[in-house]
Amino acid sequence: MRNLFYALICVLALSACNNSASQKMLPIYGNREASTKTVDGKTVTDTIYQTIPKFNFINQYGDSISNKSLDGNIYVADFFFTTCPSICPVMHRNMLNVYKEFKNVGNFKIVSYTIDPKHDSVDVLKKYADKLGVTGNNWLFLQGQKEETYKLAKGYMVEAREGNVHDGYFILVDKQKRIRGSYLGTDPAEVTKMIADIKTLQAEPDQNIAQ
Amino acid sequence: MRWQLSALILFVISFLVISCANDQDIEFKRAYSAGEVVYTQHCQNCHGNNGEGLSALMPPLTDSVYLKQNKTQLACIIKFGLKDKLVIVSGKPYQNQMPPADLAPIEISQVLTYVKNSFGNKMGVVKVEDVNKDLGDCK
Ligand code: HEC
Repeated sequence: MRNLFYALICVLALSACNNSASQKMLPIYGNREASTKTVDGKTVTDTIYQTIPKFNFINQYGDSISNKSLDGNIYVADFFFTTCPSICPVMHRNMLNVYKEFKNVGNFKIVSYTIDPKHDSVDVLKKYADKLGVTGNNWLFLQGQKEETYKLAKGYMVEAREGNVHDGYFILVDKQKRIRGSYLGTDPAEVTKMIADIKTLQAEPDQNIAQ
Repeated sequence: MRWQLSALILFVISFLVISCANDQDIEFKRAYSAGEVVYTQHCQNCHGNNGEGLSALMPPLTDSVYLKQNKTQLACIIKFGLKDKLVIVSGKPYQNQMPPADLAPIEISQVLTYVKNSFGNKMGVVKVEDVNKDLGDCK
């Protein structure tokens, strides 16, 4: 009887442990450096994380969208082009699930950068969004200069270069513009995990401060 | 004696019929499973795991009526693709681009056999001779 009691305690302790683990934080990716500064006469060390660089592009409605326009949002970014015959249809089939899941949630966006701005004009992007079934401002299709776009891709830690070469990653960015996850957009299982991670991220205290 | 003979004849005939059906069955199964591989590699990304398409961008392959009405065009569509041609599939308009697929006629016949017998379609084997003939008449 006593043994049973101890066993019960153990199980409870373990499950309590599990519980706190489920309120976990997502990792923070990218370079980091320590910065020391003096606050009120005391030396404090802060970690400075890699953040998404500045940009200023145009969306499918012809409005200009900069890094500032995304302030206060958790968002997912990817790189694609509308005439991509290989992985993009799969990526956006999967992204459509993300779009539907968070359609009615504020402070969340999807940002798809075209790597073929010459072909993917504002007009082409709008038609693409329409045909995909995307309305409103939750999923933005952005067009900027090619070199700028390639450079920006590096900031998201993904590959995009000449010849419409790009990889199929979805990058999860938090409100502080830090990279919190990277998922293979062509794999439905990874995208399902991303949806769960977005919810985890939304629950982090840091993500709830008004900005 | 006579009934034994007729029993024997009956037996031989039914054996022939069954084995013949089996041959057809095997031919179908081979084409179908080879076609499934071609589909996964060359079509699934756009047309979907279950031929469901993608929103208004990629048409579904579930419209048996379309497939029947355009029977002789299908090999050409796969070989040469479609460019901004308006197609009506399952009552919805599509106007987008399908790239040409670099496939041999035998692979085209296999993938068509797969498509025409999946996703709710049931139209039997597509023979490579028919594909060759259709390819000769592409517009
Ligand atoms: C890059 C995406 C893409 C790929 C890959 C692709 N298709 Fe298509 N397919 C399309 C689009 C888009 C259309 C409609 C074209 C239009 O609007 O003119 C289409 C049309 C069709 C049609 C006629 C309309 C319908 O839905 O029945 C068939 C049949 C078809 N495709 C079969 C295939 C087969 C078989 C393969 C693989 C060998 C394939 N497609 C590969 C995008 C694709």
